[in-house]
Amino acid sequence: MPQPHPIQLRINGLERNLTLDPRTSLLDALREHAHLPGSKKGCDHGQCGACTVHVDGRRVLGCLTLAVQANGSTVTTIEGLAAADGTLHAVQQAFIEHDAFQCGYCTPGQIMSAVACIHEGHAGSDDEIREYMSGNICRCGAYPHIVSAIREAAFRLAKEASL
Amino acid sequence: MNEFNYVRPSDAAAALREGMQPDGDFLAGGTTLIDLMKLNVKRPARLVDINRLQGLSNIMLGNTSISIGALARMSQVADDAGIKASAPALSQSLWRAASAQIRNMASIGGNVMQRTRCVYFRDPGAYPNCNKRTPGSGCAALEGINRNHAVLGTSDACIAIYPGDFAVALVAFDAQLRIQGQVERSVPVDAFYKLPGDTPDIEHDLAHGEMIIGVEVPISAALRRSHYLKVRDRASYEFAAASAAVGLELEADGRTIRDVRIALGGVATKPWRARSVEQALIGKEMTEPVVRQAAALAVEGARWREHNRFKVDLAPKVVARALMTVGGIA
Repeated sequence: MPQPHPIQLRINGLERNLTLDPRTSLLDALREHAHLPGSKKGCDHGQCGACTVHVDGRRVLGCLTLAVQANGSTVTTIEGLAAADGTLHAVQQAFIEHDAFQCGYCTPGQIMSAVACIHEGHAGSDDEIREYMSGNICRCGAYPHIVSAIREAAFRLAKEASL
Repeated sequence: MNEFNYVRPSDAAAALREGMQPDGDFLAGGTTLIDLMKLNVKRPARLVDINRLQGLSNIMLGNTSISIGALARMSQVADDAGIKASAPALSQSLWRAASAQIRNMASIGGNVMQRTRCVYFRDPGAYPNCNKRTPGSGCAALEGINRNHAVLGTSDACIAIYPGDFAVALVAFDAQLRIQGQVERSVPVDAFYKLPGDTPDIEHDLAHGEMIIGVEVPISAALRRSHYLKVRDRASYEFAAASAAVGLELEADGRTIRDVRIALGGVATKPWRARSVEQALIGKEMTEPVVRQAAALAVEGARWREHNRFKVDLAPKVVARALMTVGGIA
């Protein structure tokens, strides 16, 4: 048996210490060991984006990252996006207002990806949003509303930043 | 997934020592390796995590060449202002590949080592026979669903496509890989990839324990005026049905072709330099009929199977359109 590895992650602002088999994906570490089931397992092969989380501020796929690889990193999941008082992030709010989901399974990944897409400066036009959100698949086909939600959230965040 | 031991060496010398162990395999972004481990295609006993090695992720623009560290991420290189200005095809080949998440993870060295997407190669449970996985065992693609298989560089043993984009641009512009093992050496990217022949299991000029440490791309006028065109089944997040990396340098008259570089992706078993098309164009005037006639040479020697003949028609059109785009006559 391979040695279990002690792993330290700062998840949504809290230090977490886990001891994991090195085969454990970051996604399984978050869902099964840190009890944060918001990040979803879709394909588990890097093709759907449902598991998108931020590691050290960049959007990555939890299913293709080993938890040991992320040891020492800062991780943000959908559970860590709202403010401490429960105020939703601008992207979360826009997804609700624009009805940007149907079944909701891909939504945590869509939102984490969208937050990064705006932060990267890749939400400048609908075409650019489509291109830079193409790693998040929605089988319900909520794409038009997802694009409009991101367009609006990007606008609001830019406005807030300029105040 | 098989059990494995995991080590994270603190410096490159330690990483090389670990990688030289008989059971050692380097782990960078993991977007290919972890996927293939989940599919039971790869079963490494020991993963040597090189992600945090220092000094291997820089991008340097010199006067004569661009130097990219092997641990630079695809997104970092694609978005680099200097790369976008002096080597548009390199940037485009990266941002038109994979997804934003994968580009944040995948390293440049790992990108070059990306494995084929042949569905038979990727499914050992359903298809135990694969000459690439188990030499001599057979190939299910030859008489199978082979729409996404190669028409150039194939052999009777293997028709698996090289799926990447970035290396296609590297091959077009005579890039070299810097490789560190017992000694450091450089190899042209074109020579780094092996044709399948009778040994489709040997894909690269890379010995066990050797590590790709960087890429060097000579700067040329053609590289500055370059383009990567990728045609695929859906608009984004898809492998190429056919792609072309092209670069162009015109004479002072603005019409006569002085230098041209062309490589194809999505149609061959390795990144495919189209030298016969280049030769046919040098010294000619840049017009649509000239370009289309020359582009037809891109698929000389093509061998197709039941479902992939469309690539023989598509590839020259992609080459021609890419050339007309950089030539300003599209």
